[in-house]
Amino acid sequence: MLTLLVICFVAAFLAPLLHRLCPKYTGVLLLSAPLAMFVWLVKQIPEIMHGHPVEQTCIWVEKIGLELAFRLDGLSLLFALLISGIGMLILLYTQGYFKGHPQQGRFLMYITAFMASMLGVVFADNLLLIFIFWELTSFTSYLLIGFNHESEDARKAALQAMLVTVLGGLFLLGGLILMADAAGTWRLSELIQRGSELVAHKNYLPILILVCIGAFTKSAQFPFHFWLPNAMQAPTPASAYLHSSTMVKAGVYLLARLSPALGGTEEWMLILTTIGATTFLVGAVMALGQHVLKRLLAYTTVSALGAMIMLLGIGTDYTIKAMAVFVLAHAFYKATLFMVAGGITHETGGETSIDKLGGLRKAMPISFICALLAGLSMGGFIPFFGFVAKELWLHALDHYVLLVIATVIGGAAYVLVGLSVGLKPFVGKMPDGLRAHEIPPAMRFGPIILGAGCLALSFFLKPIGHGLIEPAASAIAGKELHVHLHLWAGFNKAFMISTGTVVLGIGLFFARNTLLGMAQKLRPITKVGPDAVYDFLLKSVLNFAGWQTRNLQNGSLRHYIRISVITTTFLVIAAFIRAGGFETFEKISPLSIRISAIGILMIFATFGTVKSESRLSSILSMGVVGFSMALLFTFFGAPDLAMTQVVIETLTVILMALAFYHLPATNHISPKKTRAIDIGVAVGFGVMITVLVLAALAVQTPTPVSDYYLEHSYKEAHGRNVVNVILVDFRALDTLGEITVLTIAALGGAALLKLRPSTRRRDVLVALPQESGGDTASTKKENPS
Amino acid sequence: MTSIILRTATLYMFPPLILFSVYLLLRGHHYPGGGFVGGLMGGAAFALYSLAFNVAAARKLLRFDPRDIAAVGLAISLLSGLPALFSGEVFLTGTWWKIPLGNGNYFDLGTPFIFDIGVYLVVLGVLLTLVFSLGEEE
Amino acid sequence: MEVLLAVVIGTLYGGGLYLMMRRNLVQLIIGLGLLSHGANLLIFIAAGLRQGGAPIIAEGKKVFLTLPADPLPQALILTSIVISFAVTAFALVLFLRTYQEVGTNDLDEMKETDT
Repeated sequence: MLTLLVICFVAAFLAPLLHRLCPKYTGVLLLSAPLAMFVWLVKQIPEIMHGHPVEQTCIWVEKIGLELAFRLDGLSLLFALLISGIGMLILLYTQGYFKGHPQQGRFLMYITAFMASMLGVVFADNLLLIFIFWELTSFTSYLLIGFNHESEDARKAALQAMLVTVLGGLFLLGGLILMADAAGTWRLSELIQRGSELVAHKNYLPILILVCIGAFTKSAQFPFHFWLPNAMQAPTPASAYLHSSTMVKAGVYLLARLSPALGGTEEWMLILTTIGATTFLVGAVMALGQHVLKRLLAYTTVSALGAMIMLLGIGTDYTIKAMAVFVLAHAFYKATLFMVAGGITHETGGETSIDKLGGLRKAMPISFICALLAGLSMGGFIPFFGFVAKELWLHALDHYVLLVIATVIGGAAYVLVGLSVGLKPFVGKMPDGLRAHEIPPAMRFGPIILGAGCLALSFFLKPIGHGLIEPAASAIAGKELHVHLHLWAGFNKAFMISTGTVVLGIGLFFARNTLLGMAQKLRPITKVGPDAVYDFLLKSVLNFAGWQTRNLQNGSLRHYIRISVITTTFLVIAAFIRAGGFETFEKISPLSIRISAIGILMIFATFGTVKSESRLSSILSMGVVGFSMALLFTFFGAPDLAMTQVVIETLTVILMALAFYHLPATNHISPKKTRAIDIGVAVGFGVMITVLVLAALAVQTPTPVSDYYLEHSYKEAHGRNVVNVILVDFRALDTLGEITVLTIAALGGAALLKLRPSTRRRDVLVALPQESGGDTASTKKENPS
Repeated sequence: MTSIILRTATLYMFPPLILFSVYLLLRGHHYPGGGFVGGLMGGAAFALYSLAFNVAAARKLLRFDPRDIAAVGLAISLLSGLPALFSGEVFLTGTWWKIPLGNGNYFDLGTPFIFDIGVYLVVLGVLLTLVFSLGEEE
Repeated sequence: MEVLLAVVIGTLYGGGLYLMMRRNLVQLIIGLGLLSHGANLLIFIAAGLRQGGAPIIAEGKKVFLTLPADPLPQALILTSIVISFAVTAFALVLFLRTYQEVGTNDLDEMKETDT
């Protein structure tokens, strides 16, 4: 399983290369990856049927639950078969759709990578793993929607889909973490066993809500549905694959997967059923007002996803079975319709509106038949597979009158859309100026196979029910279910309602122009919908980012220092207050006169450095500070430090003199107000440090490390100077690191000075600046003394 | 630098300064001193020389490129950590050998001392690389 | 004593910071110097003030007879002094080159130059 998955990912990255080598057969070559997967999956069916899931695990970091755990059960199998099966057809379709397109390799790479990620989602048996693949599908979807990156609309739609799904992904991550915490395991299959613990846990409701938000954003549930129709900016192969049959079902898959663990409660039912039914209706009704082929299909996809969630939410054995059947039926007809729609647009020179299409049956007979099959299946006409699904669905909803009414309205809309896409463009009179050809052979495979499937599945109900639906439904329900599918169940209530729906739908189809007119009048309402909220939020975030960048990161280095220091000061003060302020001093050393004198000298010298007008006197004052430091070191028993400090002071002065010679002496004075602010900031920081030092001194920490060094310096390291022994023996590795840093600094400095364009290297006489040369020389003489 | 006083003084001060820097390095293990301060002192001597005369003269006096000195020093420090590996100890663990001086006394030669020599050379090299580069700036 | 030295450290930090916020490159470097003095002193006295002898074992002895000054912060500061010297030197070179490339030593003018 892992190997096949890796092969899919590798195939994705090989796509551009393959395209360069043999552009004509890239799709066909890539096909081998999903084909291998598909064949393997089919071979697993008998095992799965008998309730033996396939498992494979590679432990990575055991402690924090990181592992590559994969598991194939009935539910995964159903989805994986759809993903790899439709994936193959899409690759072929792409081959024809993008014939001669220079970027075909890139597109194939994205779509194959997406396929692999999606397979990862349904295989993953670890919560973190599922999240990683989940995000990968969002990411590849972003790349696919934005494939035509020169179009602004495509970029905007891609960003929108990405933001909505990734934001949802974050919620999902939160939910997954809480869930793993509550159940005590990251393993999905174990977690499902502990459903009762989860439901009783105090975090159950937050978990449920977070997971639901994640799933709803991905599966375009109301009110997050708006990104899906916009995502139709993607090239049609991507729409057909991602946005109808696979990625958007990830949310449905996740909820179905978790339903044994989280489901069965009132909250679960309330949230899923309400949102699902709302989405179902909103999508269906909004589809009525559309005339662009792909958008029409997109809204019904939204609606269909809502139906799946709704059925899942009710959670009886019947609804679960109905949902599993519907997933299969929907994938077949929707992918076919998308592919045909793309083919129509492709072959008529970019026509997208169904109102401007007609009479294509002669020019595109194959497309016509496929579209008609799929359209009828969508409408739920007998004996198509869609009918079987619809029948089961109505049967399952038996007691829920409101939901049945909703289903009738939605179902009628499905009939309308199915006929609009499957029939309308092909019959009637061909509008003037419309030219069309049949789609190229490579694009035919998908519509033919899937379109035929819409009908053919109805004749293999027994093996499908037994081999696919039963294991999937059992996995969702978390218990053994038995599925017997019937094409004809007699003249029962469900059949009556179903027939009524179809009749209503046909009626609507003929009244379509009236409906469109009504939709036109209602258009302004959509302006206040979630799409507008999204736009407003995005704009606000950008404005806020712009505002804070202007104010906090305006490019002035001094301002950065100011901001950092103010923040630090406040944070430290806050932490200090929270910690409860000072501890009392246990003992305070007496004030010695010489050290007090040095301290006061240092304070004065610091002020001198800051106040001085000329840079020479600044350097001198700083020298005073440095030498005072050396004196302090001497008094407190640190001769090594004192010596080093003295030499360093000398060298610093030499270096500064050398460098300042090349820098102008001009001084730039800030305005008075700025200086006042800076003084405030500096004083505040200084006071904060003072308080902090005092607080730190009040805490007496034991010094076991130092004592160890003092004890063993001579005995083990044969050195009397403990400081030196620490540097070259006890902590030699630190020192080694330090001298490495020194070397790098020197080489960097030398490189900065020496390596520059078009400059000759020349040794020059070093001359100190004229105006201050004498002074500096005398400083230098003084220093070593 | 035009000051004749400085030049003369430097000529006299230079040898003792270098001697002092080596002395600091050698006594560092037992008394105040060591590779850091020794290297700084030696660097200061050459920096003084380059100020009094010029960088080219100081470079000539040094004979080696300061960058090479730093590199060699780093290599010495690194190598001084290796003997410990042969006796199964952790990298950079001090290893000592007693070297007889002939009159019954022994001189303790240890890898920490060799390490310190490396530090000395690195500090000297680094310092002079920077000073010379800045001094050669037009 | 501690109070006085704490005030000294605070002054060094505040002064260094103020200089770093000035417009001139030279003042920035000097400010950096003051700041590192402050940091060194902070480490030095944070370990507690002990006016004991230097941490050097007397001739002929193998251990300390009286408790000397703490050697650990001293080793830390020794490294710190040398490193901050390298930092200062590198900063000098960097600013020198910046000045040569940008043509100004005014930090306020530099915010516009993205070269």
